[in-house]
Amino acid sequence: MLLTIRDLTKTFPGTVALDGVRFDLAAGEVHALLGENGAGKSTLIKCLTGMHARDGGQIALDGQPISPGSTQEAQALGIGTVYQEVNLLPNLTVAENLTFGRQPVRFGMVSRRRMHEEAREMLAGYGLDHVDVARELGAYPVAVQQIVAIARAVALSGKVLILDEPTASLDARETETLFEVVRGLRARGLGIIFISHFLDQVFDLTDRVTVLRNGRHIVTAGTAALNRVELIHHMLGHELEMAEARRGVQRDGPAMLRAEGLGRRGRIAPFDLTVRRGEVIGLAGLLGSGRTETGDVLFGRTPADRGALREPDGTAVELRSPRAAIAAGFGYAPEDRKTDGIVADLSVRENIALALQARRGWARPLPRAEARRLAEDYIRRLDIRPADPEKAVGLLSGGNQQKVVLARWLAMNPRFLILDEPTRGIDVGAHAEILRLVGDLTDAGMSILLISSELDELIAASDRVIVVRDRRHVSELVGEDICTDRIVQAIARPDADPEGARA
Amino acid sequence: MTSRLLPLYATIAIFLAAYLVCYLQFPAMLSTRVLGNLLTDNAYLGIVAVGMTVVILSGGIDLSVGSVIAFAGVFIAVLLRDTGLHPLAVFALLLATTTAFGAAMGGLIHGLAMPPFIVTLAGMFLARGAAYMLTIDSVPIDHDFYDMLRSYQRLPGGGRLTVIGATMLLSVLAGMILAHRTRFGTAVLALGGGAPTARLMGVSIGRTTVLIYAFSGFMAGLSGIVFSIYTGSGYPLATVGTELTAIAAVVIGGTLLTGGSGYVFGTLIGVLTMGLIQTYIVFDGSLSSWWTKIVIGMLLLLFILLQKGLLMLGHGRGAVSAT
Repeated sequence: MLLTIRDLTKTFPGTVALDGVRFDLAAGEVHALLGENGAGKSTLIKCLTGMHARDGGQIALDGQPISPGSTQEAQALGIGTVYQEVNLLPNLTVAENLTFGRQPVRFGMVSRRRMHEEAREMLAGYGLDHVDVARELGAYPVAVQQIVAIARAVALSGKVLILDEPTASLDARETETLFEVVRGLRARGLGIIFISHFLDQVFDLTDRVTVLRNGRHIVTAGTAALNRVELIHHMLGHELEMAEARRGVQRDGPAMLRAEGLGRRGRIAPFDLTVRRGEVIGLAGLLGSGRTETGDVLFGRTPADRGALREPDGTAVELRSPRAAIAAGFGYAPEDRKTDGIVADLSVRENIALALQARRGWARPLPRAEARRLAEDYIRRLDIRPADPEKAVGLLSGGNQQKVVLARWLAMNPRFLILDEPTRGIDVGAHAEILRLVGDLTDAGMSILLISSELDELIAASDRVIVVRDRRHVSELVGEDICTDRIVQAIARPDADPEGARA
Repeated sequence: MTSRLLPLYATIAIFLAAYLVCYLQFPAMLSTRVLGNLLTDNAYLGIVAVGMTVVILSGGIDLSVGSVIAFAGVFIAVLLRDTGLHPLAVFALLLATTTAFGAAMGGLIHGLAMPPFIVTLAGMFLARGAAYMLTIDSVPIDHDFYDMLRSYQRLPGGGRLTVIGATMLLSVLAGMILAHRTRFGTAVLALGGGAPTARLMGVSIGRTTVLIYAFSGFMAGLSGIVFSIYTGSGYPLATVGTELTAIAAVVIGGTLLTGGSGYVFGTLIGVLTMGLIQTYIVFDGSLSSWWTKIVIGMLLLLFILLQKGLLMLGHGRGAVSAT
């Protein structure tokens, strides 16, 4: 094996990002690394390229143990990386980007003629003969920039090439050009790690697949031996038999909100959705399929450009901004709680009081004593630990941070709460608690939209499950149909089938 | 290529057009006399603007240079008055001091991860205060060597190419080579293009930052020497606000204020454009000299709009290829 990783472990405050992960890579193969957001893909790559120091485990290249401390060191060892976005500098010329740091110098001055020659040599064999190396890189399409980045990475490292979502901003033809380049490099004996959430591309290009989930290694298998459904099973998980579905609980309360043809161009196709009082609607789908986009439109983060959301009596709910949504009694706990959900430096009390204060306006400050009483109340009700309202939220564990986010919205007493990946990166105990909490809230009459990449969670908590694929609501499952197999089938079905969607 | 060069072309076109307007009204303005004086009068500004260009190309800013020029003048004047040192020795001492001062600011910017704005603002007060510590009066410089430095070469047509004018042109040339023809210059542009990417590509951010501000400090010191030759004295209250004039010259010269794109040659044109406006007002005789400020303000606005327009064009293109 060219590259061997054993028992790789990495923890961050509040999260275990990698938990004893193994991975190997042969020369001359393309190995896909798959998993949902937070599965540990990026952390694994960053440990490999020296951007993170690992907490435990071994990495060996050509049988020699390595511990790169920086990107440069990893490059010198033979590991090159091409990221989705930040790679090269669009304000420099193609040649400067290719030869950066090693420009041929004469009398202290860069020799442009020799630099351009070297750059042309580096690009030979990539099908970029039409590219003028003296022009600035930003003048070329993303696909060309991506291939230039690959050429640089290969020239600098030459053993292992990591491609992190390289096709995310390419169209189909550009992607095929890129794949030709990758296949050429595989034939030259490079080991290539390919990260993508486009399953078609994984089946098209790769030889083997490794799936990570929640920082753990799930499976490594030959791509040819896998089918789509199995792969999605591995990515979304199904082995955790932790909860019974909420069957038997009758949820046919009165309709509270009705979305009619709500959508936004380029984000989510128009959808109809009726939200009943006290129900949990699960939203299932793969990363980038339109899950978060649905939540964003319903909360006014990206205002809808068509359709309407109506009260039962027919009046439209204005959803131009999150502010308007909050005024309408909506709440939203976003996917990335570290950047969008909490203010890490403020205390638990201050975080809980934030949204409530925003609604009262600046002229009517929330009395400190009341804020403290509120914080203590929620700390007790949600069992937030440590039970100290003055502790900075950033110091809490992931699960407790999530509870603070929840407490903040609960303090507002919303009627409709959107939870995007509420259990991401938190431990199993806190996981169950949050799901229990979701149940309690709906018993009290709140409606919840639960977005999750964990099927168990959706099955356990939802009264209905909407399946999204390719930015479209494709299926709605109720009752007995809410089970892993049906959801996975709905996600995997390659062609949209309007009849089947009404299953 | 076009989008990168466009601001430079715009600068040159505006300069030529302005010169044409001046010439049509006052034919005498097209002479080596006016050109020679343009170089001499703006020598100190041109030199400090070269340093500022490199700083802005890296995405930074250096607010300390105006105070450093004043400090330099006072430092030279006081040392020549109170010691028997030869001016060249004083110059060497001064340049070492201002370069170290710039390097220290660069070190703080990188080491403390502080915005250059704040660090160099502190440097601005520090240098101004240091100038006052040396003297609060205007100190005349009286030295044979200085008379020699004020010599000039007659140009055909009666113009004078002074030592300080030539120094400015040489500084621009040196700046052009440094910024566009060396690995260091590429690293500066890389930093301006995006520090995280630059780091991934192997730029030593700390070393580059220190060198950038050291260079700016050196150029400010050199500009101070030239200014002392130009005025023949050192005065702690001199060149207040010159850092802002230099920034204006850099932006009018077509350098992107956010860093990553621009040419040192454009800065020279920017300085000359500003000088030209002043000369026009002198020729006219009836206009208030404050019109200079108004025209510079309008030119700045024009270039900011041009840059914004180019950026939006670039973003539009990016969005199209992303879908």
